[in-house]
Formats: sequence, structure tokens, C-alpha cells
Amino acid sequence: MAKKLMKGNEALAAAAIAAGATHFFGYPITPQSELIEYMAREMPKAGGCFLQAESEVAASYMVYGAGGAGARVITSTSSPGLALKQEGLTYMVAAQIPAVVINVSRGGPGLGNILPQQSDYFMCTRGGGNGDYYHPCFAPASVQECADLVTEAFDIADKYRMPVLILADGLIGQMMEPVEIKEATEKPIDKPWAADGGHVKRGEHNRINAMILPADGLEELNHVIQAKLKDYSENYVRYEAIDVEDADIVLVAYGTPSRACKNVLKKAKEEGLKFGLIRPISLYPFPKEAFDKINPNCKAIISVEQSCGQMIEDIRLSVLGKFPIKFFGRTGGNPIIPDAVYSYAKEVLGGKA
Amino acid sequence: MAKAKLTFDTEKCKGCELCVTFCPKKILVLDSETNAKGYYPVTVTDIDECIACGTCAIMCPDSIITVEKE
Amino acid sequence: MAVVYKKSPALTDAPLSFCPGCTHGIIHKLVAENLVELGVFDRAVGVAPVGCAALSDYFFACDMYVAAHGRAPAVATGQKRVHPDNFVFTYQGDGDLASIGTAEVVHAAHRGEKISTIFVNNAIYGMTGGQMAPTTLVGQKASTAPYGRSEEHCGKPIRIAEMIATIEGAKFVERVSTDTPANVRKAKKAIRRAFECQIQGKGYALVEVLSTCPTNWGYTPAGAMTWLQENMIPYYPLGNFKDFE
Repeated sequence: MAKKLMKGNEALAAAAIAAGATHFFGYPITPQSELIEYMAREMPKAGGCFLQAESEVAASYMVYGAGGAGARVITSTSSPGLALKQEGLTYMVAAQIPAVVINVSRGGPGLGNILPQQSDYFMCTRGGGNGDYYHPCFAPASVQECADLVTEAFDIADKYRMPVLILADGLIGQMMEPVEIKEATEKPIDKPWAADGGHVKRGEHNRINAMILPADGLEELNHVIQAKLKDYSENYVRYEAIDVEDADIVLVAYGTPSRACKNVLKKAKEEGLKFGLIRPISLYPFPKEAFDKINPNCKAIISVEQSCGQMIEDIRLSVLGKFPIKFFGRTGGNPIIPDAVYSYAKEVLGGKA
Repeated sequence: MAKAKLTFDTEKCKGCELCVTFCPKKILVLDSETNAKGYYPVTVTDIDECIACGTCAIMCPDSIITVEKE
Repeated sequence: MAVVYKKSPALTDAPLSFCPGCTHGIIHKLVAENLVELGVFDRAVGVAPVGCAALSDYFFACDMYVAAHGRAPAVATGQKRVHPDNFVFTYQGDGDLASIGTAEVVHAAHRGEKISTIFVNNAIYGMTGGQMAPTTLVGQKASTAPYGRSEEHCGKPIRIAEMIATIEGAKFVERVSTDTPANVRKAKKAIRRAFECQIQGKGYALVEVLSTCPTNWGYTPAGAMTWLQENMIPYYPLGNFKDFE
């Protein structure tokens, strides 16, 4: 397919339809509106079903119903909406229902504002609902990556019978770039576990259920979930590492702030400074191994986030005290400006910050 | 010879007595021996009186009664 | 000998988890019998609630979901939109449907989802041990209304059938009871009609079934039937509120 100029929100939607998603359930919220509107327009043309739910809570259970019935299903929202969908997400994990969930994040806490922010990191990477679980979480940094990750997310969701989350910040959702929407690579897999009314033919009834009362039964389910996450974590670590092997300063950023950081690296190079960048693409699992590649004499690692500092905790857990860890962040929806990051990094390098 | 036949899945009976209450012929009672769950299950006193109306089965929440007739 | 009555094949062999004399079991039978008699059992999918019927996925022999508390109509919506040829029902109690799940049931009805809801109203939260429900009667004692429900403090109980009947997308709404053999037969007919509403593609259907909770009400099973007749039926009148051509 030829490249097209698209907003991130549209690319996320277009890639989902190309990946064989047949059902979308969502609720309007800024700044993901182009996504739900694209789905409303294009999903029926593709023979699928778009349905606007009465709430994010209901949308997440329509996803539970459709995913449990065997469909490739997707929902999208923005931060406060994802908070509401967390109930559905933990139920999907427990009932082992595949789905793709997109969060085009905005400012918080509370209703916050509609400006881009990255303060949903904890909610998206820690399993935001009740219980012992995580789920895959990817963070694209370009419109093309939005599309590619959605394609892959459906395959992962089906393979592991888990919801897969894509955390795209509001800036990526809104910005336009040329993008190629790829067709689905893998064939849809059989779902003999689905509740599709086939009990008579099957000879037994399927039960889609997030409740297991006996202690041993629930413990077994938890072990199944953890085993899936372990296998997933060993196979889907994604990151980009630039010049970290001889860097004196390593910036760590995901999503759009990583683009500002790439400009910082350019500027540092021009001035003869050795800066590197780690850009996590998978936030769960966090790419710990990337940090093993860092120059042992590196002066500091700086977590650059559009938040008050959330990913920095995963950096600490990855580095385990090997390097000093600093933080540069903006919040309230204020952007990460390369010059500001560069100035701060130079202060760190000079021992002044 | 009785014209009706009642079969009870005694082990699933919870002894709630709804069948006893609604039997129009008043021929159902709870047994004096408990089942494995500890409930006194239903039994019939005089099957010859049974008219196979099915009321007991309809009112049984646990679907333990099968009613047959000639 | 001819069989007058036997257990429906739409129910599994699993013993029901309900307390002795609880009429949930009767309502389960009526649903199961109608699924078979209308010829939709082999394409039926049910959605169980949170509450006393949360284990219904073990009891109905068709494919089943258990939804989160109150969300059954949303789950049923998702399922039915994937398999429009399936016959989809939700089975929900009054805490589930009339409290935490009001938005989901109202909007499933409002969209005219082609699903059928069996709404079991026993005026109390049974599973959690007898707390006050939105359907608890004024003056009725519950573990969270130990002095009896106060109208001034908590309002009057909500009448779901009447409310759902006002919604355009709801095409069949009836309130029935399980307190006598005659009413159980009427309840079966109402559920049949609600199922036909879906089979004929008319729209959403809801049957509110007045049910007993001997354990939490503190009566014998037979005594609970009498309490239902004397207290619930006067406030929750039986009858049809909406029917289709």
C-alpha cells in the first residue's frame, strides 16, 4: 500500500481495520476523537461493526463480550477514559480475552486537560486494575510506528489471549506524517475457547469467566497468567538504543519526547559531547537489557518524561545503582523542548545538577 | 397399580419443602433419613393418590423431580 | 409411561448453588425450558451477573459468560454484535441490574439490542448477605438498613419494569412472580414471549421476575412466598407493560 499522510489517531484506526479488526466499541474523548470518528466512518465500509457505547465502562465490556465471542476487537480512549476501562481490563486478563486497547493520553490528574502528557505510565504498565497482572504495553514515537504496533498488537493479543495496550501520547495522535498501512501478516488463529453458541457441536459449553472461587483454581489461573507474561516478556522486548556504548550522558525517553531527545543528541554531537538515547518501545516489558549496553563510565542517565517522573522508577530497577539517575520533566501538557533538555543535561555533565 | 410415577434425584434435594407445600394431594413429605449433604429429602407417601399434575416438579428449584404418567 | 415433567436438557448436572427454596432455581428452569422449546438452545449464549447467579455459567448448558457487576447487557451487546445469529440472554439480579448496572441496561434497551434480560428481583442483596438493594421495600430490614429502609433517607424502591417500558428500544416488558404454580406458569409464558421478541428481531425484551430470598429475609421457603405476595406484589404490580405485534 502506498504511503498516505495521516494523523496518528487515523493511522491507529486504519491499521486496526487492516489487521482484521471487525469490532470497535468506544466513547468520545479528546484527544482521540479522530480515531473513533475514523472507525465510525470506515469500519462499516469494511463490513465491521462500530458502536458508540454509553460510557467507557460499557465500551470495555462490549470488548469483553466481542473478544470473548472470538472477534478481533479494539477500543480507544484517553487518560480519564482508560481509568474507567481498567475494570474491564483486569476482567479481560482474568477471563483471558484478547483485545487491543489504545490510550491517546492527555493531562492529569483528574479531568486534567486535553494537552499531551505522559502521566499514565503507571496506569498503563502496572496493570491498572485490581489483582496480580500486567499486560503488554507499547509506546509508538511516530505515526508509522502507531500503525505497525497496532498490527502486531492483534497478533500478540490472540497468541496470549490478553489485552494489549498501546500508549500513544496526545501529540502523536494529533500529528500528521506519511504512513504505510500494512495488511495483516499472520492469519487469524482458531479460538475454540470462544463463547459463540457452538456448545452442541462442540459437546461442551464454553465459559468466559473472570471469577474462580476455589483457592487452588485461582492460584492456577494466576500461574497461567504469569507464565504467559514471562513468555511474552522474553520475546517482545522492544527498544531503540543510540550511541549508548560510549555515552557520557544517556537520555531515556519514549513517545514524542524521544524525538526531542534525538535533536538533543544531534546538538551534543555538534558540540563534541557524547550523548546516547534509549527509547523504550515496549514499556511492559521494560527493556532492562538496553541498560547493560551503556558505557560503564557514563556520568548519568536522565529520564525525560512529560510527567512528574514515572518511567524513572523502571530505569532505577534496570540500572540498580550502577549510574546516577536524573530527571527532566514537564507537566500540565507543556512540551519537552530540546534546548531545555540539552541545557539540563550539560548541567548534569558539569556536576551542577 | 399407580397411574403416576415420581422419581426424585434425592442427593440433589435441599429439603426446601416447596413441593410439599404446593402438592394439591398432600402426598409429599420429607424423609426421616438425610442425604449426603445433610438435607432431609422429599419422598412420596401414597403414590396411588398422585394425579401426575407436575406441580411439585414445576415448583422444585433444583429440578430433582421427574413426573411420569400412564 | 409418558413424561409429564423432567429436568431441562439446557441445564447441566451441576447442583445449583442457591440456598434451599430460593426461587432462582425455578427461574433457571423457566429460562432453560424456553430455550429448548423455542429451538434456540443450540445457538444460545447467556451472560451471568455478579450476585447469587454468578455461578450460572456452570448451570446453563449453553456457552456462557460471567460479566462484571452490572455489565451483563454490555457484554451481551458485544457478543450479539459478533454473532447476530446467536440467541443471547442476560440473567441479572436486582443489585446487579437495578443498582450498579442501571446505565448498561438502560442503554442496551435504548439501542434496541436484540437480547433478552431476565431480571430477578428479590428486594435484597443475597450473595453478600442481605444488604439493602434499590428494590428493598420501605420498612424492610436489611443488614445495611438494620432499622428498616427509610424513605426519607434512601428514597422509595425503584420499579425497573415500568422504567424500561418507557424506552423506545424495549419492545417487550413484563413483571411476573414465582410465588404460586399458576404464577410460575405465567412467568414461563412471559419469558417465552420475551425470547420470541428477540427471535423475531423486534428489539430488547425484559422480564422482571419477583423472587424470594428465604435466607436473608428470614423466612421458610413457603413463608417467603407469602411475604412476597403480601409485600412485594402490592408495590411491584404484576402484568405486561409492553408487547409487540
